[in-house]
Amino acid sequence: MSIDVPNTKRARAQAKGPFGSVGKVLDELDDRLGVAKGGRTFMDKIFPDHWSFMLGEIALYSFVILLVTGVFLTLYYIPSQDLVTYHGTYLPLDGMRVTEAYASTVNMSFAVRAGLLMRQMHHWSCDIFVGAIVVHMARVFFTGAFRKPRELNWSIGLTLLTLAIINGFLGYSLPDDLISGTGIRIAYSIVLAIPLVGTYIGFWLFGGNFPGTMIIPRFFILHVLIVPGIMIALVGAHLFLLVRQKHTQFPGKGRTEKNVVGSPMFPVFMAKTTGFLFVIAGITALLGAFAQINPIWQFGPYEASRISYAVQPDLYMAFLDGALRIWPSWSFHSFGHTIPFEVTVPALILPGLIFGLCYMWPTLERLFTKDNELHNLLDRPINRPKRTAAGVSMGVFITVLFFASSTDVIANFFHVSLEEVLIAMRVLVIISPIIAYPITYRICKELQHTPGSGKRKTANVVTRSEDGEYIATSSPVYVDDAHHGLAAVEVPRFISAAPDEESETSGTRVVER
Amino acid sequence: MSDRHEERTPVHLQGLSPNDPHLQPASKNPQQVERVIAVCFVLGLVLVAAFGACFWINAQPWKLGATLGGGMTFLGIGLVAWGKYLMPQGPFVEDRHALANSKDDRDAFAASIVQRGGDVVKRRKLLGGLLGSGLGVFTVVAMFPLLRSLGPLPKKTLDHTDWKKGSYVVDSTGRRVKAGDLAVGSIVTVYPEGTQNSDRGQAVDQTVLIRISNENFTTMKGRENWGPKGYLAYSKLCTHLGCPVGLYEQQLQVLVCPCHQSTFNVLNGAVPEFGPAPRPLPQLALYIDASGNLRAQNDYDQPVGPGFWERS
Repeated sequence: MSIDVPNTKRARAQAKGPFGSVGKVLDELDDRLGVAKGGRTFMDKIFPDHWSFMLGEIALYSFVILLVTGVFLTLYYIPSQDLVTYHGTYLPLDGMRVTEAYASTVNMSFAVRAGLLMRQMHHWSCDIFVGAIVVHMARVFFTGAFRKPRELNWSIGLTLLTLAIINGFLGYSLPDDLISGTGIRIAYSIVLAIPLVGTYIGFWLFGGNFPGTMIIPRFFILHVLIVPGIMIALVGAHLFLLVRQKHTQFPGKGRTEKNVVGSPMFPVFMAKTTGFLFVIAGITALLGAFAQINPIWQFGPYEASRISYAVQPDLYMAFLDGALRIWPSWSFHSFGHTIPFEVTVPALILPGLIFGLCYMWPTLERLFTKDNELHNLLDRPINRPKRTAAGVSMGVFITVLFFASSTDVIANFFHVSLEEVLIAMRVLVIISPIIAYPITYRICKELQHTPGSGKRKTANVVTRSEDGEYIATSSPVYVDDAHHGLAAVEVPRFISAAPDEESETSGTRVVER
Repeated sequence: MSDRHEERTPVHLQGLSPNDPHLQPASKNPQQVERVIAVCFVLGLVLVAAFGACFWINAQPWKLGATLGGGMTFLGIGLVAWGKYLMPQGPFVEDRHALANSKDDRDAFAASIVQRGGDVVKRRKLLGGLLGSGLGVFTVVAMFPLLRSLGPLPKKTLDHTDWKKGSYVVDSTGRRVKAGDLAVGSIVTVYPEGTQNSDRGQAVDQTVLIRISNENFTTMKGRENWGPKGYLAYSKLCTHLGCPVGLYEQQLQVLVCPCHQSTFNVLNGAVPEFGPAPRPLPQLALYIDASGNLRAQNDYDQPVGPGFWERS
């Protein structure tokens, strides 16, 4: 530094250049890593704004909360089925012979600071996680966001849903309480039901006949290391593809297949999404504080010969339990072998079919519509009545199965016999999807003919003429309610059934899809 | 997102002049919004600090959750509002460049694999085949030790329980059940003596003992002397999925499984009357010895619990 330059604040600031010390750090980084170009592109990356795009963020942030709270829980949980005599702070269990897994879970709930809060937050965020994935998936499905080029990301998302359900079940089993232990027993029986190799898989998974002493430690390592490891990798891939392929957007002013309209990554999107992470964490903590979930000290430790009333799995397993309840007792038994169809069909084949259909849907739709174009603009669900109707039909089917998992509770609550509830569920599970399809299809078709539907009605202006006659005319449309024209897009290979502005004129074809 | 958003034309972020309307905050009244956000942040800060205090004094869980949750929520709401109302309102547009490369690039890529790589492999078919079989065998072989060390082979384990000829019937405390112990209409879970405290006894041998009358009771043909003095013993494992059949409805004389509501008629050999269970609960043949103890005539005549492939 030359002697002439006084060592003042301003001089030091000038010496650093127009971007100050941040600029200096970025320069140093760029020298070594070459981050300037890519970094700028990333900071300027545009994210489309729509409320429904938050659903995936809910899932992502619940996953983050699961990881953080989960790490806390591993510090106190002991994955062991060795029996100990409980002498903890929860007196009703004092002196009972329980497994170390159960004792440590009760201890972390009562004797560890914030332990109960963390446990409940972990359980709540699991339910939120799976729920958010399902709703996010519904959004992707009904708006056609899974279409080319995004089929791979659809499959990754489905795999994540599967793993989330599996890991939810594994984690739910770890406390080794009476209800989760019954769940493990059922899972073991389902494994046994696999034809040919079921008993082998069961014995290798459990290290012998049920219950054995290995299942809790094995579930633990699957739950905290193997499954989450795969999930982290898949979440990374999911987000990488999202960035690489850029987010889809709804049609609107200035939006085309070849651009993205929205807010930049920095600072707008970053502020919103980080704030959203805080809000979700906050709400999860409030649920953990005020809504009790899985009070295992009330259920008691697992003993294979004990059971309690209203045994139900966690939310995301309920559709399987419902299927097991209402499927008839058809068992194959001949040639010296048994195939327990009463188990294999509802617990293995049915979920296989449901998930298989979901995995194949993008391919099936491409085959049926022969639409092999790239799609970056989203569909409005009413403009794809068949897809929407199929999705609603599947949703209704799963919902009925979900309610079928509480036949006993429903029967008790409404004071009807269990038989009637069961038969009603069997009928509903077949009838509802069949009814839902045409109704949804019809509603979509009707809505297509009312482009302004959902908008406010215009006011009736009633005027009295000189003769005393009253005439009602409608006022002009509010500016906000006016139907916005879409930007010009490429001529589609398939003409949507939705009437656009010109549909009133002659010569416009409305093509059935 | 808002309607005002829709009215403006999206512009590219690059090269905007600093006072372009797209870079102005979305709110019409930024000062007011800033005050609201400041209040949110202050509340968030206070609550998060309160969480620290609660943690320090080991407060009740709901206080921990309320302060942590409230603090995070307020900080989050403030930050979202900051992004939504005080940051550049946009909308901005970014071009979407086609991911697909030119035909030449694709062909060059394919040529690298198919021609250069393909030639090498095609010329050395023997080597390729050997390497492939080596890896294939390794994959298969690697599975065996992995699977085999996980647990024993099932063999006939599932076909038998620990009930044997002459096993004493004991309750969960290990006390032998005598002929006069149960009143008519009572039920108790029993085990073969010696297994009542073991995992296997609990999971496999568990049996419900019901007394339905004072006289010998025959549930079906061929089981004439299985129910001495009205004592009937059935496996407690549901034949559907192995839950304990824990509910006994005395009026209807049925056993109900709480898991999936399979219902078994006690009087006619626990034949399923309702629900998804496919088979009756196996019945254990009992006798009463000279000293009045209840004992098993033999093991169950069939495997207990849910179905599996090897079950004949």
